[in-house]
Amino acid sequence: MSRYLTRRLLTAVPTLLAISFVIFAVLDLAPGDPTGALPETIRPEVRQMIRDALGLDEPMHVKYLLWLRQFFVNEPLALLENALGVEIGNGEGRLRITSWGSRGTPVFDLIAERLPQTLWVVGLAYVVSVLVAVPVGVVSAVRQYSAFDQLGTLLSLIGYSVPTFFTGLVLIIVFSVNLNWLPSIYDTNLEVRDWSSFVQQLRQMAMPVAVLAFFQTAAVTRFTRSAMLDNLTQDYVRTARAKGFRQGYVVVRHVLRNSLIPVVTLVALGIPTIFGGAIITEQIFRVNGLGQLLISSIQINDIPLIQTVTFIFACLIVLFNLLADILYGVLDPRIRYA
Amino acid sequence: MKGMRWTAAWMLVALMGALLAACAPAVPDAAQAPSDAGQAAAAMEEDEKVLTILYWQASSLPGPYLSGGTKDQDAGAITLEPLANFDPDGNLVPKLAAEIPTVENGGIAIAEDGTSVTWTLREGLKWSDGSDLTADDVVFTWEYCTHPATGCVAIDNFDGVTNVEAMDDRTVKVTFADFTPWPYTAFVTGQSPVIQRAQFAECVGAAAQECNEQNTMPHGAGPYRLTDFKVNDVAEYERNPHYYGEPAYFDRVIFKGGGDAAAAARAVLETGEADYAWNLQVEPQVLQEMTAGGNGEIINAFGGLVERILVNQTNPAPDLGDDRSAYMDGQNAHPFLVGTPIAQAMSMAIDRGIIAGTLYGFAGQATCNVIPGPTRYASSANDACLTQDIAGANALLDAAGIADADGDGIREYNGQPLVVRYQTSTNTVRQKTQALVKQWWREIGVETELLNHDASVFFGGDPSSPDTYQKFFTDVQMYATGPAIDPQQHLSQWQCQYIPTPGNGWAGGNIFRGCNSEFDDLFAALVQTPVGAERDRIVKALNDLNVQNGFQIPLVHRGFVSAKANSLQNVDINGWDTEMWNIAEWSR
Repeated sequence: MSRYLTRRLLTAVPTLLAISFVIFAVLDLAPGDPTGALPETIRPEVRQMIRDALGLDEPMHVKYLLWLRQFFVNEPLALLENALGVEIGNGEGRLRITSWGSRGTPVFDLIAERLPQTLWVVGLAYVVSVLVAVPVGVVSAVRQYSAFDQLGTLLSLIGYSVPTFFTGLVLIIVFSVNLNWLPSIYDTNLEVRDWSSFVQQLRQMAMPVAVLAFFQTAAVTRFTRSAMLDNLTQDYVRTARAKGFRQGYVVVRHVLRNSLIPVVTLVALGIPTIFGGAIITEQIFRVNGLGQLLISSIQINDIPLIQTVTFIFACLIVLFNLLADILYGVLDPRIRYA
Repeated sequence: MKGMRWTAAWMLVALMGALLAACAPAVPDAAQAPSDAGQAAAAMEEDEKVLTILYWQASSLPGPYLSGGTKDQDAGAITLEPLANFDPDGNLVPKLAAEIPTVENGGIAIAEDGTSVTWTLREGLKWSDGSDLTADDVVFTWEYCTHPATGCVAIDNFDGVTNVEAMDDRTVKVTFADFTPWPYTAFVTGQSPVIQRAQFAECVGAAAQECNEQNTMPHGAGPYRLTDFKVNDVAEYERNPHYYGEPAYFDRVIFKGGGDAAAAARAVLETGEADYAWNLQVEPQVLQEMTAGGNGEIINAFGGLVERILVNQTNPAPDLGDDRSAYMDGQNAHPFLVGTPIAQAMSMAIDRGIIAGTLYGFAGQATCNVIPGPTRYASSANDACLTQDIAGANALLDAAGIADADGDGIREYNGQPLVVRYQTSTNTVRQKTQALVKQWWREIGVETELLNHDASVFFGGDPSSPDTYQKFFTDVQMYATGPAIDPQQHLSQWQCQYIPTPGNGWAGGNIFRGCNSEFDDLFAALVQTPVGAERDRIVKALNDLNVQNGFQIPLVHRGFVSAKANSLQNVDINGWDTEMWNIAEWSR
């Protein structure tokens, strides 16, 4: 097991390096730069000065190597310094990765500022969707073609096919404009201090969480249902029933456990997307999460920020792939790692 | 073994939970602030006067020097003040200055070998941190922005300034090298506010990039001061106790960003969640419907911005290779758009009223001028173009002998069919304008191929991209630009010497590549003419020359559309300066 882990972690290193280089190359070769977002009235000479100040015209390999050093050496050291409150070497002189769009702001500070909102809204939606989807999928499979199953199928079809920007707008128009129950603007500065501010927090999270959860529940429900159906007709289920186990025991202990493998893959591989935020939903409800950070930085070609955020996503995807593989072994003892 | 596996699974779940818990909405200051202050704040919350301003483009830095967006300039303008602002009619209003220097009151000395402006600051000015604001801070602002390595976006405001010196604590003298008829550029408007030396002293030049704390929390002298700034999200302000004027009305100002223009309009007009929403680039019909909500109203203002079609005076044919759209001292003229009435006919065929009315709505009015305002500079010589005249355009082309010889519906000039390629940046309104114009041009026998490029490419200036507006590899292109309140700098770019060529890296503002010695001579006279009737006449003449030469086809005078809550008083939206220029007076 540990040999397997070591091997997987070691192969991850060149993979991630290659990914980081590809991301960087694509971004660098893509046309456009941050000065394109400046007002059209700004003169070309001024644009050039800004480009020089940001170091945009450096050769690509210089920019890439600089980013690598900043990401793997300077940033961890800065993190350490912050955590321990000591200065390691020449801390002031070490360049951190800073955003081009908001000049001078370290990219990691921006990410740290955005992460809580994303985890709360997108993460909560994810938890809700898994908690709802798995039981619904199980019941739908056990009572196939019942009214419950038909309704679940209908709802998940709607959830899966209606885009989030549409459901989001519908919710805003119903609950904010017509009924005036829920706010359509997410207040990032809200501090949960007491009961009323907690209720306020719940109110402002309600719509984005509902929109995202509706979408995700649909997918996970369908997966659970079909995996359950595959297993329900297996011989070992008949055997278990023949032994006289109750229906609930058979379904949960035998069928569900065997059906969880594809579901776990889906859920584990979906976790990095939580960190990716839900770009459209965050935009609609003005939740300033990571998705919104990414899209706004793409709009202004803020390469250090895009590069760093996408690279972190790549790391998370590699990590959760590994976790999913390990979980297979947990769920299915037949799988052995060597 | 089995137990261990489940333990591992549970640990994973617990880890996820811990991650979520660790990232709970932070309660950063509550722990540090005295708890009674927290309770007081909570108790006050009910009757606290809060102003919520919504910008659908979130501010990335408060202040105009390092970031060029209006969102950033406006976020800064709530706390940072210049010496003077313009009002919506283009008149100067003193802010940090005690009065506006003029030639009459001796504040301005214009001479052939240099012009100087002497500003006197108000008495007893203080920064929001309580320290004194002196002439030295004004000097520092100039040093900061003009340092080449700062990468100051607003450096244009200091064009021609050779020196800024503090005569005493309250007097600052700005010296221009040349005869400068319009010296109200440095330290005037929200683009050029005064910043504090004590705060930014270490942030001049390349170090400006690293001054994260200073850049996000600048001290100002305005009616409010920053208490919190979240990049690309929200800024919060409180009343500035050291403000020189009447204390501001609101206890708190929230400057929230993000979302889209339609949602911002909805928040003011329909749900009432915000008091002010900026730059509502929303279909006019949609906006009109939202006002039925009854919570707010739509306000607009016009500055100098004009959506125009530029007519390439050089030949952009792809088979020319490196000589594409190169001026080559006039040897590479466009095969049919130079020296013919075709551009004039194309202008006559356009119904500007339809474009302005249906596509721009509150945000546009038809115009025939490239210098549309202020009123004293707006020419009326070209107003005939306000009425579409397709028959007249056809007659003009027929009279010039430019006819459709082969009967395919497209006229030919010297055997070359009139097919123009028409590019612009990707944008719904621009694409719709293109479609309308294409239809009208077809009616006069001109065929149009439409192209659009992403704005970051089109305006990005990447030297390797063929699709930039500077290279102008098409016959016509459309975008918006316009003069500042004094159009001299803008007009200077249309002299022959500023034609972009491959030789100068496509730099220069004479994008249409039009060279007219009459224009250059007249411009030389403008530079020598002080503010007054003669200057107004020359500006109008320069405008008329440019339009009548067929270099540019003005379409729509573009304005700014915002929405404000009905309860909000004293808002005076401004096309010549930041919309936040008089936020000190806003109240309910």
